[in-house]
Amino acid sequence: MTEPLARPKRKNPLKKTRVPMLPQGVRSRTALGLTAAAAEGRFRLQVCDDCAAVIYPPRDACPRCLSPRLPFKDVDDRGTLLAETTIRTSTDVYFRERMPWRIGTVQLDAGPSIVAHLHGDLSEGQRTRLELKLDKSGQAIAIALPAEDTPNMQDDPQWRELTCDPKFRRVLITDGRTAVGQALAEALSEAGASIVFVGIADPWKPFAGEDRLRKLERVEIVALDMTDTISVNECAGEFAPRVDILINTAEHVRTGGIIERKGLTVAREELEVRYFGLTRLAQAFGPVLRARGADGVNSAAAFVNLLSVYALANWPAYGAFSATEAACLSAAQSLRAELRPGGVKVVNVFFGPLETEWYQAVPPPKVAPSALARATVRALQQGLEDVFVGDIAEDIRARLAVNPKALERELGS
Amino acid sequence: MARQPYDGVVVTVPVTVPYRRYSTNTAHWWVGRAVHGVIQGAGLKSADIDGLSLSSFTVGPDTAIGLTQHLGLSPRWLDHVPLGGASGVVALRRAARAVQCGDAEFVVCVAGDTNQVDSFRRMLSTFSRFAQDAVYPYGSGGPNASFALITRNYMKHYGATREDFGKICVAQRDNALKFPYALMKKKLTLDEYLGARAISDPIHLFDCVMPCAGAEAFLVCREDRARSLGLPAARLLATIERHNAFPEDPIQYRGGWALDIAEFYAMAGVTADDVDFVQTYDDYPVICMMQIEDLGFCAKGEGPEFVRSHTLTADGSFPHNTSGGQLSVGQAGAAGGFLGLVETVRQLTGEALGTAVPDALVGLASGFGMINYDRGLASGAALLAGGTA
Repeated sequence: MTEPLARPKRKNPLKKTRVPMLPQGVRSRTALGLTAAAAEGRFRLQVCDDCAAVIYPPRDACPRCLSPRLPFKDVDDRGTLLAETTIRTSTDVYFRERMPWRIGTVQLDAGPSIVAHLHGDLSEGQRTRLELKLDKSGQAIAIALPAEDTPNMQDDPQWRELTCDPKFRRVLITDGRTAVGQALAEALSEAGASIVFVGIADPWKPFAGEDRLRKLERVEIVALDMTDTISVNECAGEFAPRVDILINTAEHVRTGGIIERKGLTVAREELEVRYFGLTRLAQAFGPVLRARGADGVNSAAAFVNLLSVYALANWPAYGAFSATEAACLSAAQSLRAELRPGGVKVVNVFFGPLETEWYQAVPPPKVAPSALARATVRALQQGLEDVFVGDIAEDIRARLAVNPKALERELGS
Repeated sequence: MARQPYDGVVVTVPVTVPYRRYSTNTAHWWVGRAVHGVIQGAGLKSADIDGLSLSSFTVGPDTAIGLTQHLGLSPRWLDHVPLGGASGVVALRRAARAVQCGDAEFVVCVAGDTNQVDSFRRMLSTFSRFAQDAVYPYGSGGPNASFALITRNYMKHYGATREDFGKICVAQRDNALKFPYALMKKKLTLDEYLGARAISDPIHLFDCVMPCAGAEAFLVCREDRARSLGLPAARLLATIERHNAFPEDPIQYRGGWALDIAEFYAMAGVTADDVDFVQTYDDYPVICMMQIEDLGFCAKGEGPEFVRSHTLTADGSFPHNTSGGQLSVGQAGAAGGFLGLVETVRQLTGEALGTAVPDALVGLASGFGMINYDRGLASGAALLAGGTA
């Protein structure tokens, strides 16, 4: 049984902060199919189109029939742990700091044997369930879990190394005036975050939901204006060393395409809030996050972007808005590479129209702020990198995968 | 079709360039020393060497072709055998056919590697594509962790104990104490073996080979040529080679020998009972035990009992790894795949540097290597005979 995690003590500011190390992240191009699956929390292996053999490690020819047609598909994740070992000596600096480390050979019911990391509650001979996760290098690895959930299993050290669990971590939500920001504050407080800082621009101005927000346990309101570089820098100066998970909830939703905007005022405003806001945030908090990726139980873990799914494909009804979201998505891709040396994940949460005033004229289905908040917390607990929340987001994702040009025409009609 | 025998082919001039734990020299230096040793030992000149077979992990970016120019050789037959622990047997069997068919007269088979302070770690992380994609990111325990899983599974299924593996290691150390080139110079007791620190359970310190720098080589030629040069030589009776055997086994408990063993002894015209000593490939003692089974000295699963009922020293009832093996001499990269063969030739030609196996007429040397993903892929073995067998 997993020992529940102990609340981390206050850090001694005179002590050296451990330099984050990464496990080796080099993979063959084909093996990156596992990374794509892990990013979304799927268990996918190559399955031969011609003979249906399930294949591992990733290959470029089927070992049964030599077919080159080996797409990654969802496969049965169950198997049996045939043998385990506890590694006590490693040549790799990352693992050396984390010894002992358990791995094992799992025979999947679907066929192949997989060498996997082992959850602490799983032992030799037992049935198991495999998951693909992203390790600190950002690449996929397999971890074998007990077939049935066990108490405190999320606190297992090898598992926690792969997730961004908010438990005992300190979170900053950048805009608490939004319904999503408030829902997230509540969800993260419930998920066991040690403290949730909630940014409010001009805190002296009252706002809807303020009383409820202020009454939440372990929630602290801080001054933060995403459109103001000095404000963001001041906030980072005071709180950055104490922020392990950063969630950007700043939003700016207006209808209309590019032509009908007439001038740049609104476009500038939305870029100020969204793209430049994200840039300010990344510049102010990024270096500290990246330096604190291996700082114990409450190490820096994640930079979360809430993004409209129309960042992936422009919806001309909200055309200028979609373009700004796309800019934020592109910035997030850059941030992924920039924060990776610290082992800090950049989590992109894509959502469709929300159940808020700004999407008033859009027909359902729409995403409730609380649902978006729950999905975000779950993504952190599961260590996901790309999350699609709600029917619309999933639908756009699926249509984009099949035919991006068709989706462009459909969204524009 | 029955395989052609290796009639008239011999192996001679066993050479070891004394091992060192770490070396500032390159692989080229080690290989060069070994080739020089063969040429001198045979009483030949460089120009006489018309065949070269090279095995090395650390000679990059060069391959065998680069070494011809580096060493000033002009062979008309050239081979590069990047098969790790199976290199020796594979190099030998290819060279034997070349000599037998007249494609070459004198083939030097050489394996050599250097060991710089960081070269082992760098080799592990880039050993193979599957290792890079599916092994190294899992704790980076290297072969210790991979063989720990194989060992653990074998112990569970066949009842082998750490004492059984310890008996193999302790006997090899006894052999090594008399072998001048062994890096391990201290006696090992079973208690010390059992009390050693864990590396990757159930693998403990003395189950692991020590990576080092070194080189091994031998000369393959026709029997009449060896005789005219006055070189004591061992005749080649049979060889086998197999890769990626039993891919359907979910975890390795047998090697390719098990597929080819009947043909092996039939070709040699001997049985396992006729074998006077055995040099198994000993990267880990569990692999020794598998070879004892798969090479026909006992049935599958009886390895532990076989080890318990025999003495394994060079003067024992089952002389095994008579120079001390890699576990006590050291693992000089690809030269580890030559160690057993070179020792076999020495034993059969009366040139043993350590304890000579009494009345040794037939010797077996086995190779195993290339843990590409979760198992060793290559297996091979050779039977050799001394002058009067």
